[in-house]
Amino acid sequence: MSDVINTERAKKQALGPYGRVGKSLDELDDRLGVARAGRTFMDKIFPDHWSFMLGEIALYSFLILLVTGVFLTLYFIPSSAIVTYHGSYAPLDGQKMTQAFASTVNLSFAVRGGLLMRQMHHWACDIFVGAIVIHMARVFFTGAFRKPRELNWIVGSTLLILAIVNGFLGYSLPDDLVSGTGIRIAYSIILSVPLVGTYLAFWIFGGNFPGTIIIPRFFILHCLIVPLVIIGLVSAHLFLLVRQKHTQFPGNGRTEKNVVGSPMYPVFIAKTTGFLFIVGGITALLGAFAQVNPIWQFGPYDAARISYAVQPDWYMGFLDGALRIWPSWSFHGWGHTIPFEVLIPAVVLPGLIFNFVFVWPMIERKFTKDNEIHNLLDRPSNVPMRTAVGVTMLSFLGMLFIASSTDVLAKFFNVSLDTVLVAMRYLTVIVPILAFPITYRICHEIQTLHGGGRRKTPNVVARSAEGEYTATPSPRYVDDVPSHLEAAPVPTYIHEESEESGESGVRVVDR
Amino acid sequence: MTDEHRTPVSLSGLSSNDPRLQPAARNPELVERVISVCFIVGTLCLAGFGACYWIDAQPWKLGATLGGGLMFLGIGIVAWGKYLMPRGPFVEERHTLANSDADRQAFAAAIVERGGSVVQRRKLLGGLLGGGMGIFGVVVMFPLLRSLGPLPKRTLQHTDWRSGSYVVDQSGRRVEVGDLAVGSIETVFPEGTENSDRGQAVDQTVLIRVSNEAFTTMKGRETWAPHGYVAYSKVCTHLGCPVGLYEQELQLLVCPCHQSMFNVTNGAVPQFGPAPRPLPQLPLYVDSSGFLRSQSDYHQAVGPGFWERS
Ligand code: HEM
Ligand code: FES
Repeated sequence: MSDVINTERAKKQALGPYGRVGKSLDELDDRLGVARAGRTFMDKIFPDHWSFMLGEIALYSFLILLVTGVFLTLYFIPSSAIVTYHGSYAPLDGQKMTQAFASTVNLSFAVRGGLLMRQMHHWACDIFVGAIVIHMARVFFTGAFRKPRELNWIVGSTLLILAIVNGFLGYSLPDDLVSGTGIRIAYSIILSVPLVGTYLAFWIFGGNFPGTIIIPRFFILHCLIVPLVIIGLVSAHLFLLVRQKHTQFPGNGRTEKNVVGSPMYPVFIAKTTGFLFIVGGITALLGAFAQVNPIWQFGPYDAARISYAVQPDWYMGFLDGALRIWPSWSFHGWGHTIPFEVLIPAVVLPGLIFNFVFVWPMIERKFTKDNEIHNLLDRPSNVPMRTAVGVTMLSFLGMLFIASSTDVLAKFFNVSLDTVLVAMRYLTVIVPILAFPITYRICHEIQTLHGGGRRKTPNVVARSAEGEYTATPSPRYVDDVPSHLEAAPVPTYIHEESEESGESGVRVVDR
Repeated sequence: MTDEHRTPVSLSGLSSNDPRLQPAARNPELVERVISVCFIVGTLCLAGFGACYWIDAQPWKLGATLGGGLMFLGIGIVAWGKYLMPRGPFVEERHTLANSDADRQAFAAAIVERGGSVVQRRKLLGGLLGGGMGIFGVVVMFPLLRSLGPLPKRTLQHTDWRSGSYVVDQSGRRVEVGDLAVGSIETVFPEGTENSDRGQAVDQTVLIRVSNEAFTTMKGRETWAPHGYVAYSKVCTHLGCPVGLYEQELQLLVCPCHQSMFNVTNGAVPQFGPAPRPLPQLPLYVDSSGFLRSQSDYHQAVGPGFWERS
């Protein structure tokens, strides 16, 4: 009997103080030397601020896109071959359509869980692009892109472009009437490029529009090539983030030389995993209750037919709006045409906007002559110039977005299309121009406010029986990090007060 | 094991009643109970999702159970991390990423002096290799571009309408002079293309009967619209959407994409919107048996603009 106990004890002893886990880690370390890096990684500090979750939303909606997308590929058939539909959706029975469209209708009505997966995929895409844009805005307005993080700003902007492109490609795959019209417009935009436009268009579409090869090509791009590039760039983005460490807002012992917050393990892991689940949950609920892209109502694509509600996904809105309000100036002469009415709003304008975004960190450095390393974030109101530039840009894009529904606006306000068009042309110029000084002014006003940026706690005002008023500040919010405590390095071990009282907190281990 | 592994390492510790290790929650027991409920409900929802899938329930039930399950688990995990784990704050030092000047110089020297001097000394080899790589870069495009698709040639300049093409509707039926009432509109194709991709995308034409007699939309087009049949390319000159809406009272063709409007009685000149050019008009005639036919192809390229469009 005691023998058994002794061998057990001996075994435990041989394993060392951390048991089987410790032993496995030792074996791993013998081979890869991961102990130090692993420890550093688990102690990595994440600053606590809600705005740091925006990048996480983007990341998690991308994961959801991957998972739901794989499900869709199991049923979607990327083919322009014509079939006659005889499926479970009666209104389309007997209609001729491409296999791409037929298989998407099947996914929506015949495949178990198919409609949910389609709608989740679409919603996750909208959330993905939206989260990227808002994340980018937070990086911009807080100056997180400054040295040393310019490279990550460029990686991020590239990700935004790729997300938009992949969204458009995916939107086009079902080959329905609305998305087919979108492809037609994209083809015409490519055609508009001087000198090489027709060649580019023919190379991309394998000939004249529409041809039969564009759906299979978009499929490869949408499901393989672009996602691979996105995965590569997201990895680079996160690698840079870990290497350069997070930025943080100033205050409470935070300096340029440290990071204050919660450690990766276990606190951040818990919060972020939970957050992944929440993003997944919201996407699933949207997929369940908010219909999106009901292609069976639009019908199959037919180049000679058109639906009345032609509207791209929201992130393409600014392009559509620009195309609507730009005047019909076209150049024609010497046997050539330059379609400025398309070229400028749909090629030059987005080109300028994205180039401006890419080089903004260099522009700002040029003006401020600031070549220092920055790890502490700006409060937007403290940098009125940058904030005003950002608001100007956003309001410009916002006006273009609104301009993409001139027809809806005309109907809604019951005015002529002409009025709406002229109004939108003026507003697209005037609103951003006004936004600049107004934002600048507001920033200055905020700077003079007392206690700006600090979390406020309400004062409880009470009246005594004698009619005397007293104001007592209410306790701090539960989730506020206590400001009276000094930040400590993440402890490796925690000792019980009773057994090791009075120790300084450093333990020396002989290995 | 190397010696380095045996050197003592100092591990920093904190006493268990250090305030930084306390949970943020004022009432941890209550929070724990709430989280347990979240986990239980979440697990039940996810089991429900499995059951719903099994019995092939409606999509919204699948989504509600899946979404609910993920939400409850997620909220529970976040609350655990936020309220029950050490509230901190904890700190980590930042180390400057920049290396010492000596390291930087060694790196730069390796590139500029060691590598650079090798190339400097063998300019000929460098040039030859550069030329070879350049040629490789160019020829590698050949198979790629050729496989991507044909060259445009002049295919964008003309359609399949020929002199004498029969005008047919979507089902392939030839249009006769008595077929349309004044004020009605029909999408038509040159016979034989009504089911082809190219026919749909390029040849599509709107046929509108604006009156009972020959109609002149513009000077020089006196014979183009016999018996009041006017035909325009249906491909919008802005971005190629089908110009599908006909406002009969105003005699306007409207493109639903960006609301370009073309005047039907006046050579389809754009009256509103971003379209830069009129829709090309197709010259028609009525043959001896009363069928509508085209005199020729369109006189200009149809659809949106492109560089080679003359
Ligand atoms: C696929 C899209 C993207 C994903 C998944 C993503 C993800 C993330 C994550 C998880 C972080 C951590 C901190 C935070 O969320 O604020 C981060 C930081 C950062 N992101 Fe992104 N991001 C994306 C796009 C972008 C874009 C479009 C930009 C700007 C052009 C950008 C610029 C940055 C910068 C500069 C940081 C470091 C900020 C700091 O340390 O404070 N990212 N990103
Ligand atoms: S495509 Fe017709 S108005 Fe733009």
